[in-house]
Order: sequence, then structure tokens, then C-alpha cells
Amino acid sequence: MEYIIIIISAVFVNNILLSQFLGVCPFLGVSNRSSTAIGMSGAVMFVMALATLCTWLLHYCVLVPLGIEFMQTVGFILVIAALVQMVEIILKKVSPALYQALGIFLPLITTNCAVLGVAILVVNKEFTFPGASHYLNLAQSVVIATAYAAGFGLAMILFAGIREQLDLVEVPASFRGTPIALITAGIMAMAFMGFAGIV
Amino acid sequence: MIKQITNGIIKENPTFVLVLGMCPTLGTTTSALNGMGMGLATLFVLVLSNMAISAVAAHIPGKVRIPAYIVIIAAFVTVLQLLMQAYTPALYETLGLFIPLIVVNCIVLGRAEAFAARNPLAASACDGLGIGLGFTLSLTLVGAVRELLGSGALFGLPIVAGGGITIFVLAPGAFIVLGFLMVLFNKISRSRQ
Repeated sequence: MEYIIIIISAVFVNNILLSQFLGVCPFLGVSNRSSTAIGMSGAVMFVMALATLCTWLLHYCVLVPLGIEFMQTVGFILVIAALVQMVEIILKKVSPALYQALGIFLPLITTNCAVLGVAILVVNKEFTFPGASHYLNLAQSVVIATAYAAGFGLAMILFAGIREQLDLVEVPASFRGTPIALITAGIMAMAFMGFAGIV
Repeated sequence: MIKQITNGIIKENPTFVLVLGMCPTLGTTTSALNGMGMGLATLFVLVLSNMAISAVAAHIPGKVRIPAYIVIIAAFVTVLQLLMQAYTPALYETLGLFIPLIVVNCIVLGRAEAFAARNPLAASACDGLGIGLGFTLSLTLVGAVRELLGSGALFGLPIVAGGGITIFVLAPGAFIVLGFLMVLFNKISRSRQ
């Protein structure tokens, strides 16, 4: 039951893009075509789940026992940067097809604030479940990271579809590009507000 | 020197011209004061990291420069986190996640790579100050518009009786206000040309 609550809240209610504003740069940058949006979402989901696994272990097995939680920011970003590099090298060797699909997005992900944001959120925030609120364990952390990434993918792919349509209409000169994209995202965020309160 | 400072405020304004650092711009501007706090926090990191990177850039091998810059930036962000926890705990609570996320703010790493790595110390400090001020001003502006429309106040002082339209303080309002401010900025810079 807890897992269902975690997934629904991460995908819809607290959608990472439209209600927490994490990962807005790739959202505006690579959402021009559906195919790139799908590739980016896949890469983010892969890295986010792996990164959360590693940073959770780093936090609870190294930083907390040594009493140096203030090193969290430095430690987490180093782990994520190293991880992205490693994933890139391994993918290139093991699965050239997957590398073809996700490869160009991987370097962009190190500076994607959604990855670091979710890693920090998962260890720092107590989540509320019916009856109790507590910090997430390792399995729950990985599930929530994957769900957040799925929410990112959902918003990104829907938005790419809308932007493909927007290319076909006459937009006033001052609205072209980022402004109209932001206003569209605002209307989408309103739609996602409808999910508030289900869990 | 003066030119470097004004450059960041208007010609290379990080929010409206370069469209960088969108996450904190959308996420922390629920009021003018919060926007300003976030802007000043970024300014602090930007000036110090620009100075440190300009001082050591010549000694860092090209291949590892990006990870090295990220570690320098992360160190200053940690200093900022500890300072804010000690002296402005309320603001630290409100800005929350967005303070550690300054590490991955593209403005900071972008200035390190594009300016600080190949310019002397004083010029890099001025560049950081200019871009930081430009970022602070845009965040304060977005925050002020959202606060005025959303809660009918400005810097916490009530202006419109009966409050405002709550949606502007919530997530959709952030996207819409920033979108329309960008339209306005485009319109003005077009008519000037």
C-alpha cells in the first residue's frame, strides 16, 4: 500500500516538473520533438534510480556514522558526476544500441538539478503516510526516484506533443520560443493541480 | 570594471536574455523577499567561486576542469548553507532544497567556464557581481509581481485590500508570470532596436 501511495504522489500530485520546478532547463530545452523527449526521459529515469541508490547508501552508511552530514552537497554531486561518467562508459561497451538512444543526453544529466534534487529530497524529507510519517528506506527511495522520473517523463512527453502543434500556428513575435512554452507549461501545471489531495 | 557589472544586469541578464537558472527562478519567487534572498545567495556563491576558479584555473589540467570547478562550487555552497543555517534560519527553511541546488545552477558553472577561467581575479569578481546582481534583480521582480497579484502585498506590506488571486503564488502562476514578463522584456528590447 505504501508503495502505491509513493508512486501516485510522486508521479501526479508532486510532479517534479510542474509542482516542484526541478529539471526545468531540459524541459524547455529538449522538448521540441517527441522522440528527443522520450530519449531524455529514459536517460533521466535510469540515472535518477541509480543515483538515488548510491546517494542513499552514501548518506546512511558513510555520512551519518561519521557525523559529517554537512558534506552532503559535495558528496552527492561527486557521486552523481562519477556515476554518469561510468554509466556512459559501460553503456558504450555493453549496449551500443542503448548508448545510441540515450548517449547524447547523459552529459546533460550531471547538471540536471532534478537528479541532485531528488537525491537530497529523499534523504532529507520525512514522507507522510496514513498513520505515520518517516524517512524512506532503501527500496522505497529507489521506487520514489523512479516514480519521480516517470512523472518527469509524463510531463515532458505531453509537453513535447503540445509544442509540436504550437510550431504549426502563428504565434505573435514577442511570444515566440521560451515565453509561449512557459505559458503553456503554466496551463499544464493548472491541470496537474487537479490531482492535489488524492493521497 | 563598471562595464562588466552593468553587462550582467541588462545585456546578458541571466534570466531574461540567457534563460539560465530557470528552476530557482520559478521555485523560489513566491514573494519579493524570497526571490531576493535566493538571488543574493546565488550572488554570494557566484562571486566567491568566480574568484577561486580564476585564481587556480591555470593549474587545473583541461580534462578534469569541469569536476574540479563543481567541487569548488560545491564547497562554497556548503559554506553558504552553514552560514544561512546559523544566521537566517527562517529564509533557509523557505528556500529549502534550492540552496544546495545552487551547485547545479547553470549560471554558476557557465560563468566559471566562460569567464573566470580565462580572466584575472578582479575582473572575474566583477563579472560574478554583475551577473549575480542581474539574477537578484530579475528574481526580485518576478517575486514582486507574483506577490502583488497573488497575495496583494509587496515585500510583506499589504497593498491591495482583500488579498489577491492565490493561483499566482502557486506553481502555475510561476510559469505564467515569468512567461509574460519575458514577453514584456522582448517587446521592450525590440522597440529599442
